Amino acid sequence: MLNAKPTLKSTLVALLYLAPLLLIVGVFTLWPLLTSFLMSGYTHYNYFTNHVGGFGGANFSYLWHDPNFHLALRHTLIFVLGVVPATVILALGIALLLNRITWLATFFRTVYFLPFVTATVAISLVWGWLLRPDNGLINLLFRTHIDWLNDPRYALGAVIMVCIWQNLGVNIILFLAGLGRIDRRYQAAATLDGASTWQRLTNVTWPLLLPMTVLITVNAIVTNFKVFNQIYALFHGTAGPGNAALTLMYYLYQQFYVENQYPVAAACGVVLFALILLVTGLAALYFHRHAWWEGRR
Amino acid sequence: MKIYKITFIYLLLTLGAVTMLLPFGWMLLTSLQPAATTFATGHLAIPTAWQWVNYPRAWHAAPFARYCLNSLVVTLTTTVGQMLTSILAAFAFTHLRFYGRRVLFDGLIALMMVPGELLLIPNFVTMTRLHWVDTYAALIVPWLASIFAMFALRQAFTAQSPTTYYAARLDGASNWQYLWQILVPANRSTLTAVAVLQIIGSWNAFMWPLIITNSDRLRTLPVGLMAFTSEAGTNYPLLMAATVCVLLPLLVLYLLLQKYIIAGVTRTNLKG
Repeated sequence: MLNAKPTLKSTLVALLYLAPLLLIVGVFTLWPLLTSFLMSGYTHYNYFTNHVGGFGGANFSYLWHDPNFHLALRHTLIFVLGVVPATVILALGIALLLNRITWLATFFRTVYFLPFVTATVAISLVWGWLLRPDNGLINLLFRTHIDWLNDPRYALGAVIMVCIWQNLGVNIILFLAGLGRIDRRYQAAATLDGASTWQRLTNVTWPLLLPMTVLITVNAIVTNFKVFNQIYALFHGTAGPGNAALTLMYYLYQQFYVENQYPVAAACGVVLFALILLVTGLAALYFHRHAWWEGRR
Repeated sequence: MKIYKITFIYLLLTLGAVTMLLPFGWMLLTSLQPAATTFATGHLAIPTAWQWVNYPRAWHAAPFARYCLNSLVVTLTTTVGQMLTSILAAFAFTHLRFYGRRVLFDGLIALMMVPGELLLIPNFVTMTRLHWVDTYAALIVPWLASIFAMFALRQAFTAQSPTTYYAARLDGASNWQYLWQILVPANRSTLTAVAVLQIIGSWNAFMWPLIITNSDRLRTLPVGLMAFTSEAGTNYPLLMAATVCVLLPLLVLYLLLQKYIIAGVTRTNLKG
């Protein structure tokens, strides 16, 4: 029973309920997590015989000296900086507008959220068609002649554009949820005190929405650090013209699946993981302080 | 609100909505165009004859029926499996007492932070050792458990009043009976939300099926569609028709179950 102390028997019963999940998680999450870290240290690794020649930091120093890895790291950072602020700001703006209307609100929400349920690969293929140089819709609409996907200067920008479009919906939904949680009485009180729409936005809504904004931003950063599907689909299984859209995840895929350099790929995975931990760690710190500050008031 | 203000809001929202719908509309329009004549450079082509034949043609140009079957099998089995393992585990964490409960739960939450991409290589090695590469088992078994789903269900099960549990147990119901006859039916909407998210994730999954399958026989729809691009070449009407076929099932599901999907997204992303 709920308040009873655990006994040997109750533990055994619980383990029966937990066993299926623990088995799968153990074999396909915990074990690979550990081997992933181990593998990043393997040197002279023979995949076919599973023979490990030695152990050390050689894979990380390989990454350190590989110009392609530098390229991947730089592209990933540019990509995240290009996608995340734009998506978050646009999503916030649209959510604020959606929050003010009732007529057709559900319709608009449905439309904005549409990309979330569509396979990234499939919709990226559609974008590949829209971005064609001679007869793509984008060039026709803007009367430009940019070869978005074959010109190294524009390739990464094209991916950024597609990903902003794809990321928008889910962030709008999250912002709407955040706005829905704000007690209406704050707004009513501010209105009674004679605050204008703009004053209510900056002095009431925004401070209350800030923690949610941080959460959404972190979510978006972590997701976009791992961009892969869009690139694979837009450039038909390459990293763009002259590696112009080579990101960390794509680099990992190349080392792993194309070059069969498993330890190097594993080391790249560890770097990616460290970056993600850094971002989530900073966010956790923010929330810790925020909660502390809230409690002090 | 002033009338011009409202007009302005609707104008902005419509502009955004058009941007969101444009790729979908262009995809549909293209899929109905004749292959050869359409893409004269430099002007917007509006189809004069609707080429519905593109759909059966695309469908038969590659083994799409097979891909579709594979996607269905993988999506259904992983979703059902994941729900089962998550329900059982969430029940244990909320209703049963056992040693190490706190530690085990915290450990699982910590594992939830690990990006799945990090596990790709070791899991691939495991699959080769098991001789599971290019089998259904490889597409299904690793996805039979989800800490995310378990966590979402645990939140819902915690909210359940313990009084019902005591009453049921006093009346002689076993844990098993209480779980399946009372707790699960009472949490139908959460279960639906979590299951629908899994369906979407599984149907659209790309990287794992891409690396773990190498024969047409086992490709899922997204991987099959990607393989089809090299065959279709610049025959965009055909490619777009195939893309519509891949997207359509989930678009229908979305329109039917929108409420649950949105609830699920908000719940799993915002710590419940």
